[in-house]
Amino acid sequence: MAEVMSMEDIRTEASRLDIDLSVVDWNSVWVPPGEDFGIKSDDEDLHEDNSLEFDAGFGNVIVVDNLPVVPKEKFEKLEGVIRKIYSQIGVIKENGLWMPVEEDTGKTRGYCFIEYNTPQEAELAKEKTNGYKLDRAHIFAVNVFDEIEKFMRVPDEWAPPETKPYTSGENLQHWLTDEKGRDQFVIRAGSDTEVLWNDARQVKTDPVYKRPFWTESFVQWSPLGTYLATVHRQGAAVWGGASTFNRLMRYAHPQVKLIDFSPGEKYLVTYSSHEPSTPHDSHRVVLNVFDVRTGKVMRDFKGSADEFAFGGTGGFTGVSWPVFRWGGGKEDKYFARLGKNVISVYETETFSLIDKKSIKVENVMDFSWSPTDPIFALFVPEQGGGNQPARVSLFQIPSKEELRQKNLFSVSDCKMYWQSDGEYLAVKVDRYTKTKKSTYTGFELFRIKERDIPIEVFELENKNDKIIAFAWEPKGHRFAVIHGDNPKPDVSFYSMKGGKVSKLATLKQKQANALFWSPGGRFIILAGMKGFNGQLEFYNVDELETMATAEHFMATDIEWDPTGRYVATSVTSVHEMENGFNIWSFNGKLLYRISKDHFFQFLWRPRPPSFLSPEKEEEISKNLKKYSKKYDVQDQDISLLLSEQDREKRKQLKEEWERWVNEWKTHHNQEKTERQILRDGEASDVEEEYEAKEVEVEELLDVSEVVVPDA
Amino acid sequence: MRPILMKGHERPLTFLKYNRDGDLLFSCAKDHTPTVWFADNGERLGTYAGHNGAVWCCDVSRDSTRLITGSADQSAKLWDVQSGTQLFTFNFDSPARAVDFAVGDKLAVITTDPFMGLTSAIHVKRIAADPDDQVGDSVLVLKGPQGRINRAVWGPLNKTIISAGEDAVVRIWDTETGKLLQENDKEVGHKKTVTSLAKSTDGSHFLTGSLDKSAKLWDIRSLTLIKTYFTERPVNAVAMSPLLNHVVLGGGQDASAVTTTDHRAGKFEAKFYDKILQEEIGGVKGHFGPINALAFNPDGKSFSSGGEDGYVRLHHFDPDYFKIPSI
Repeated sequence: MAEVMSMEDIRTEASRLDIDLSVVDWNSVWVPPGEDFGIKSDDEDLHEDNSLEFDAGFGNVIVVDNLPVVPKEKFEKLEGVIRKIYSQIGVIKENGLWMPVEEDTGKTRGYCFIEYNTPQEAELAKEKTNGYKLDRAHIFAVNVFDEIEKFMRVPDEWAPPETKPYTSGENLQHWLTDEKGRDQFVIRAGSDTEVLWNDARQVKTDPVYKRPFWTESFVQWSPLGTYLATVHRQGAAVWGGASTFNRLMRYAHPQVKLIDFSPGEKYLVTYSSHEPSTPHDSHRVVLNVFDVRTGKVMRDFKGSADEFAFGGTGGFTGVSWPVFRWGGGKEDKYFARLGKNVISVYETETFSLIDKKSIKVENVMDFSWSPTDPIFALFVPEQGGGNQPARVSLFQIPSKEELRQKNLFSVSDCKMYWQSDGEYLAVKVDRYTKTKKSTYTGFELFRIKERDIPIEVFELENKNDKIIAFAWEPKGHRFAVIHGDNPKPDVSFYSMKGGKVSKLATLKQKQANALFWSPGGRFIILAGMKGFNGQLEFYNVDELETMATAEHFMATDIEWDPTGRYVATSVTSVHEMENGFNIWSFNGKLLYRISKDHFFQFLWRPRPPSFLSPEKEEEISKNLKKYSKKYDVQDQDISLLLSEQDREKRKQLKEEWERWVNEWKTHHNQEKTERQILRDGEASDVEEEYEAKEVEVEELLDVSEVVVPDA
Repeated sequence: MRPILMKGHERPLTFLKYNRDGDLLFSCAKDHTPTVWFADNGERLGTYAGHNGAVWCCDVSRDSTRLITGSADQSAKLWDVQSGTQLFTFNFDSPARAVDFAVGDKLAVITTDPFMGLTSAIHVKRIAADPDDQVGDSVLVLKGPQGRINRAVWGPLNKTIISAGEDAVVRIWDTETGKLLQENDKEVGHKKTVTSLAKSTDGSHFLTGSLDKSAKLWDIRSLTLIKTYFTERPVNAVAMSPLLNHVVLGGGQDASAVTTTDHRAGKFEAKFYDKILQEEIGGVKGHFGPINALAFNPDGKSFSSGGEDGYVRLHHFDPDYFKIPSI
């Protein structure tokens, strides 16, 4: 790393040179090519890319090989054929098609050059026609001209790659070994991105790492918390490490817009969409699947946005994200994509379609993987004006076997909700009423782990109630529903235990429109976002009682920490005022609040699942007293220490203040006479002014004469 | 106690001032008539009619006989407190803003805004004992700071004048020579316009409030920063309790944005802070616009706030208030 000038140095230098920094337009400053003034850019990739483009400058030229060798007479015919093929893809420049011929015979040489207007068209032409069969003997080999040189440089003989000595990496899960068992989170405010410990015992944050301009759009944790991903113009990068955040890997993908990790964080999917070269084309999208650890591209998908925009309600420029949904639990074995009338399931061993073909499902609208098993549920809407019923099916992968199917009538829409252990699937079904003028909602509840997958129909007591939110208890058997048409809806809790859905409780008239279960289950936050201005109710579902109600005014986001001990509520920059976040305990006690202007993101660092077996976990929760003793002592120590520190600080502040006051008093007394003179000798100071005098006033209220009769 | 809502002004309040005895409260507003109220029950006592523009600031003499007001009609006026008659008018070429009587009430400082190419200025006027002898000449004119000077007050023994305003810098001027003595340390100073400035009762320190959402406590002699109080909204008004170690900050979101958001988003509360610990103690709600003015009764047992909503709210503290433990 070269020496880095601090901003201070720059300022001094500028003032020496008589330059007003505030008027310098930094974007207009150009460094001469090839000169870096001793400051090495840490983006070598960028550098290489640029040199490719600028040095050769033939990015828009392609070389088509394996053409038929034809004599002079047929030259024009062949040229016509080639022009026809390649002008379909893009605009060939004037005189942009050149087919060299043998000087003596006049025969063609079997290749030609085509120059397009843009490198994008050339790239597209390469993609589309490489391998194009003109006839059996002539299969086109198409390359971008710039790459020819690269291929020429490949040595003919294979040389064994150098083996680098093994260097052991850092412990990427070091943060889990924190002595105090704290959790980390990342925040983005202004230009700074910062990772902090949530030191809830000391009711404050503890900094880990801070970096301005760390990312160009957003940051994202990998699902197990090992990596923090940042997004840049040139691609994505992941960061992590034992003591600080080092860049572990980069994934080149120009203009990447969205990223998505596989649940076991083995793979990273990146997405970008590009302006079309001609206006009548649609946007082109590029998706890359990277191996997270090696950084290798495992598979790339390219196509027009229309091909990828199918299904869903449309997210980013028409594409519903994530395009690829990962299934099959944490092993990252399968990923799938919704297409027109098909679901394409890929497996990660070969990165190709299972059985080389997609699953055909006419008119499929949506599908959703079980979080734990290679099973997905799909939804097909009604067809033929109601003649063919709507359908929800469960498919097993890789056998592609249909496990269960349910036909549904007069359906307007379906939404699928999996329970976190993949035990239950709830399908929220919106049906038309008989008049078809309105809809009402019911649920189909699938018990996945039971034999034959029984389905139960479940409706609310008042089935006309609008469903505002639905959420499964993580790792549990309960679910919560917010329903009702009133301005203040009701919240109900149900249990799947005992083979039948049973209602646990209904809370009437709550200011809530969103549900946030603790990741450990049992506790839930009934949140009133948006219109309710951030009302929070912390509810214990075991005891069916409210633990606390609170408000984080204007809160936009709520997130439980991965252990379910703390909750973060934040107001992000969608609002102008109040930006920042609050940290609460699980039972609704406000621990601390931090305000940050231009607050964009708050994300807890996820934890990998526990290695403890369910039996062991149960044992621990049974003997919680024994285990918690140690921590209780620690807690007490800290709270003692804290109150001690607090007292110290207060004492110190008070002493400091008294010093000031004494100083002022001396000054004040010294100046007393002078002040008196200024006031023409009037006794000056306030204290003397207020003299308490007791004045007795007698007032005659009434006089009456009474004649006392003689005794 | 239930606050007393004092209705009388038709436009946003700009300034509040108690007399030294604490029995009268003077209020200034953007409607052209400063008003005097009974500080005890909030009854209106009278108005001072004569200005032809928003009145920005006022001060009352120690013996409560004279009132001085600074107005956007490019004048500052001297009034007889009791009769409400105009005694004298100081005319300027630009709007007058801050006014302050010196110790002994023989001098007054008046600031004028930058206007039509004129820069802002601080004028020192001699106040005659007999209004008939009063002249309009300035003893001293100080110029220099960029932008509006929102507040100027006298330092100890009238030797200095402290000014602060739009350029966010607090300055101390020498009243003998007219020289700039000191500017506050840029590192610790305010980042945005200083909107208000209040001296402590004994004149040893002062508090400034700024749109940078903080208030700062300074030593009046050395201009060292003593405390900073952080809040969540721009500070328009500050006051210090003469009795307890409390400071009060008032403000709220910009008046132009008030109608676009929920009333609670504006944070129109008067916030109480522990002066020494810099911790928030509590808040007093009530206004439905930003608070523009705050003043403590010299006995420390009541305070009043004036809002953009045109109301003055007079709060007498409950006995509980005096039991708030300090440290």
